[in-house]
Amino acid sequence: MGEVIVVTSGKGGVGKTTTSANIGTGLAAAGHKVVLVDTDIGLRNLDVVMGLENRIVYDLVDVTSGNCRLKQALIKDKRFENLFLLPAAQTKDKSAVSPEQMKTLAAELKEEFDFAIIDCPAGIEQGFRNAIAGADRAIVVCTPEVSAVRDADRIIGLLEAAELRNPKLIINRIRPEMVKRGDMMDISDILDILAIELIGVVPEDESIVISTNRGEPAVMDQGSKAGEAYRRITRRIKGEEVALMNLDVPLGIMDKLKRLVGIR
Amino acid sequence: MLEFISRMLGKESASSKTVAKERLRLVLVHDRASISPAMLNRLREDLIKVISNYMEIDEAALEFNLLQDDDEVALVANIPVVKMKRDYATKV
Repeated sequence: MGEVIVVTSGKGGVGKTTTSANIGTGLAAAGHKVVLVDTDIGLRNLDVVMGLENRIVYDLVDVTSGNCRLKQALIKDKRFENLFLLPAAQTKDKSAVSPEQMKTLAAELKEEFDFAIIDCPAGIEQGFRNAIAGADRAIVVCTPEVSAVRDADRIIGLLEAAELRNPKLIINRIRPEMVKRGDMMDISDILDILAIELIGVVPEDESIVISTNRGEPAVMDQGSKAGEAYRRITRRIKGEEVALMNLDVPLGIMDKLKRLVGIR
Repeated sequence: MLEFISRMLGKESASSKTVAKERLRLVLVHDRASISPAMLNRLREDLIKVISNYMEIDEAALEFNLLQDDDEVALVANIPVVKMKRDYATKV
């Protein structure tokens, strides 16, 4: 019996799709049978992030409405034969699927896969309700910005109201040099506010842009810092205890000077 | 640049992350306090029930509100007491 994990955030643009792609790929690389489900109907993107956009025939709405069987709609990944994508429909809207249909689908996916990773749309409306309907646990992604943290707080409340207890937090796109200057909230600031358990911290990293350009999740790039962060998150999802990445930046000349003079 | 100089002189009032955190803390107090009227009503009924164990109150004149200020949220209740229940002392 597999597990259904929803990746959500409230605010758009904080990295839900990138996170879903990397976690899914990371779990598949570790040998698990994984399906990625894009529930962002009308604005699908998990297909391009995974580099599978040219292979889509059927989609999520085809499956839930009975137009095709689940197996027909699943797209096999290029890199791993145990990784699949169920793409969102592009021409319908969020109301084309109901939470009940998602529950049925989730149950079916759990029979077949070790992990189903549900990429949730931004917002708190029907798309969100669909995405969380069949989930066993939730991962909340937020960036160290006031708007993203506020929306994450709202999402955590809604998840708990929907009986999805103990969601885990990923802090994405943290910039250690800004944190050090005191111009960005750090891990403990955000945990103070949201009061949920952390499952990973991903540094801002140009390699994410590059890997997304290519349709290759960064988790497979051994030289990528964000990729390393996602590899660690993947292991934590499996229940391993893994230390947080060291994100310290070396002190700059000005910092050293200031320290010498005793300003800080 | 001015900011940089003031930082160099150690006059920096608050780093921007402190400002961010403080603003978030306040806005979340408000966000989290936005409870539904239905829940507020249930709370009101529960309160009446509890207080009625001890004293007779004027339910019609009862005021009950969640007030939100700039930097605090308070549950404000004004409950006129008609009389104390005499049998309370003997109950305990």
